[in-house]
Amino acid sequence: MSKSAKRELHIRVDHLTRVEGHGNIVVNVSNGKIEDCRWEVVEAPRFFEAMVRGRKWYEMHHITCRICGICSIGHTLASLQATEAALGIEVSEQTMLLRKLALHAENLQSHILHVGYLVLPDLMGVGSVVPLAGSHPAELKTVIRIHRLSNVFSDTICGRTTHPQRLVPGGFVKYPKVDELKKLRQGLTEALSDLKEVARLVCLLAERFPAFSRETEFIALKSDQEYAMYHGQVGSSDGGTWAPGQYKEVTNEFCVPHSTAKYTKHNRDSYMVGALARFNLNSDRLTPEARAVAGLFKLKPVCYNSFMNNVAQIVECVHSVEDSINIIDRVLGRGLALEDIPPIKVCAGRGVSAVEVPRGILFHDYQYDDAGTCIGANLIIPTNQNHNNIYHDLQALLPSLLGKPEKEIELGLEMLVRAYDPCISCSAHYLKVKFKK
Amino acid sequence: MSKPRVAIFDFAGCEGDQLQIVNLEEAVLDVLGQVEIVTWREAMKEQSDHYDIALVEGSITRKSDEERIKAIRGKAGILVAIGACATIGGINCMKNFQDEKFVRRYVYGDKAHWYNTYAARPVSAVVSVDANVHGCPINREEFVQVLKALLQGKKPFIPNYPMCVDCKKAGNVCVLLKGQFCMGPVTRAGCGACCITEGAYCSGCRGLVDDPNMDAARALLGRFGISAGEALGQIRLYDGYREEAR
Ligand code: SF4
Ligand code: SF4
Ligand code: SF4
Repeated sequence: MSKSAKRELHIRVDHLTRVEGHGNIVVNVSNGKIEDCRWEVVEAPRFFEAMVRGRKWYEMHHITCRICGICSIGHTLASLQATEAALGIEVSEQTMLLRKLALHAENLQSHILHVGYLVLPDLMGVGSVVPLAGSHPAELKTVIRIHRLSNVFSDTICGRTTHPQRLVPGGFVKYPKVDELKKLRQGLTEALSDLKEVARLVCLLAERFPAFSRETEFIALKSDQEYAMYHGQVGSSDGGTWAPGQYKEVTNEFCVPHSTAKYTKHNRDSYMVGALARFNLNSDRLTPEARAVAGLFKLKPVCYNSFMNNVAQIVECVHSVEDSINIIDRVLGRGLALEDIPPIKVCAGRGVSAVEVPRGILFHDYQYDDAGTCIGANLIIPTNQNHNNIYHDLQALLPSLLGKPEKEIELGLEMLVRAYDPCISCSAHYLKVKFKK
Repeated sequence: MSKPRVAIFDFAGCEGDQLQIVNLEEAVLDVLGQVEIVTWREAMKEQSDHYDIALVEGSITRKSDEERIKAIRGKAGILVAIGACATIGGINCMKNFQDEKFVRRYVYGDKAHWYNTYAARPVSAVVSVDANVHGCPINREEFVQVLKALLQGKKPFIPNYPMCVDCKKAGNVCVLLKGQFCMGPVTRAGCGACCITEGAYCSGCRGLVDDPNMDAARALLGRFGISAGEALGQIRLYDGYREEAR
C-alpha cells in the first residue's frame, strides 16, 4: 500500500504490457475514489468484413474461420449457414447431426482448455499450468486426456482441429468412418467420468470464486427442441425472442475510442453472452449428467455472478459429451451415408445466421450478387458483445476490492476478465493496473 | 549448460498456430523439456525479456507493431515465423488490395479515424527471419521438426517443391482432373497435401514456392479451365504480399 497519499503507483503484472497489449485494464484511484476503470481492447484490427467483399460464396467459410483459431469450427458453421440461407441451400438431416457434433467437439475443446489450463492455475494460486505437473500430476493428466480426446473428436468429424476442411456449403466433402465414430463414442463415454472428476476438483476450489453479483441481461440462442447451440431464435433473459435476421435490434453495435472491438448493448447498459448466458436461458434442456454437475455447484438460473461462467463451462462440457454420444447413436442408428453435396444454384441474396460458439452467440450476415460474389458482410463475434459487460462488471467489482492489497485487487480483476474466456490471449494474465493514490 | 530460452509472441492473427502448439499435448512437454519457455502470453503469467529463440505468429499491420517486432528481433538469437500470417502475410493481406480508407470506413464507419492500420505484411518484411514454419495453421509435426533442427544448430528442411509431390505421395486423385480448382501446382509442399486428402482443394496457405514458373503454372491451370484472374485471386488469398500477387 502506498505510504504517501499523493504518490502515484504503477503496478504491472508483466513487462510486456509496456510495449503492447491485446487487452488492458486501466484503473485510476484517487483518494479512494475511482476515477477511471476501463477495459481496453487494443488488438490489431483485421477488417474481415471488408476483406471478404469480392470473394466467392464457396470461399467465405474458409476465410472467415480465420477470424479465430479457437472457434474456427463455430465460425465455419455460422458462415455456412449464412451462405446457405442466402442461396437457399437445404442440408440433409445427417449433415445437421454431423455439424452438431462438430460444434460439440469445439465447445468441449475450448472449454476444457480454458478451465483446465487457464482457470485451474488461478484457483490453485499458481501462474500457469506448468507447476501443476509437479503438484497435481494426476489431475493434470485427466485434463490433458479430455483435451486430447476433444482434438481427436474434431479431427474425426472435421478433418482438422483448427480451420476444418471437410465442411462446405451444402454438407461434407469427406465423412468419418463408422469405426472411427464407434471409437469416438467409447472415448466420450470415458471422458464423462474424467469430466466429473474435474468438476469435483473445481468444486473443492469454488470458494475462491468471489461472491460477486451484478444484474445484467443475458443473450443466447433458444430453441423448443434442445439446448440451443447450432440453431434457434435469439433470446434474452429479460424476455423476448428475435429471428437471427433481426440481430441488429439486439446487438446495436457502437464504437468506443479505447477499443478496436466494437461494443454492444440491448435493454440495459450491457449484456452477457457465453456459457453462463446459455445456461441461464436453457438450463432445463441440459442432459441429465450436466444437470447433476450444475447441482454439484448449486448453479441455478438466473445466476448473475460472471465468475460462474467458468462453472457453466464445466456443465457444458458434460452436456456436449453426453449429447454427442446421443447424436453418434442417431447417426449410426440411421446408417452413415456418403452423401453428395446437393446441386447449388447460385443467385443473389442475403443470409444471416446465429450460432452458439464457446464464448457466446455469433452472427454472420452476407449479401451476394447474382454471381455469388460477396458484396457485403457483417460479423458480430461473442467476445465483442461481452466487452461492454466486462467493463460494467469491472466498475461494479472494483469498489469491493479496494480495501485489499494490490496483488489481490489485480488477481480479482484478472480473474473476472478471464471468467469471460474473452479469447485465449486476452484471458491469460494480460493486465495493466495503474493506481493513482 | 542452461536450456535455450524460448519466447512466443503474436501479432495480427487468429492464434490458431499457437493453438497447434498447445495441441501437441504431451509431445509439447517432450520438445519443450529441452527448452525453457520464458514468455507465452497464451499460456502463462510469467514473462521475461531474456530469450534465445522467439516464435512469432501473425502479420505486421500497424506502424506500432514494427517497433515491437524490432525489439523482439533485437533480443532473440533466432527468430522463427510461425503460420502464414507471419511467414507470407497470410489472409490479412487480402485487405491490401482494397482502398485503405474504404476498408476502415466500411468496418468502423464515421469512427474510422480512431483505428490505425497499414498494408499487412509478413514478419520478414520488417526484420530478418531465421526460419519459417509455413501453413494456416502450422502442422504440428513440422513445427516440432523445425524446432528440433534449430535446437541442434541445423538448418531446418523446408520444402521448395510444389504440393503436387505431397499430393501424389498421399495417393490422392488430382482434383483438377475432377474439374475442380487447386493451387497445388505452385504451392510450397510440406503439409502432406492435407486439405486434398480431407476432400477439399489446396488453397495455397503455405505460399508459392520460391521462383515459381508462373507462365507454366498459368498454362497448366488454363488447361483445366482456370483463368489467370482466378489464379491471381487465389494467390491473393494468402500470399498477397508477394510480387507475383500484385
Ligand atoms: S496463419 Fe492462419 S492459423 Fe496462423 S494466425 Fe494466421 S490465420 Fe491463424
Ligand atoms: S493440382 Fe492439386 S490435387 Fe492435383 S496433384 Fe496437384 S496438389 Fe494434388
Ligand atoms: S493443402 Fe494447401 S491449403 Fe491445405 S494446408 Fe496444405 S498448403 Fe495449406
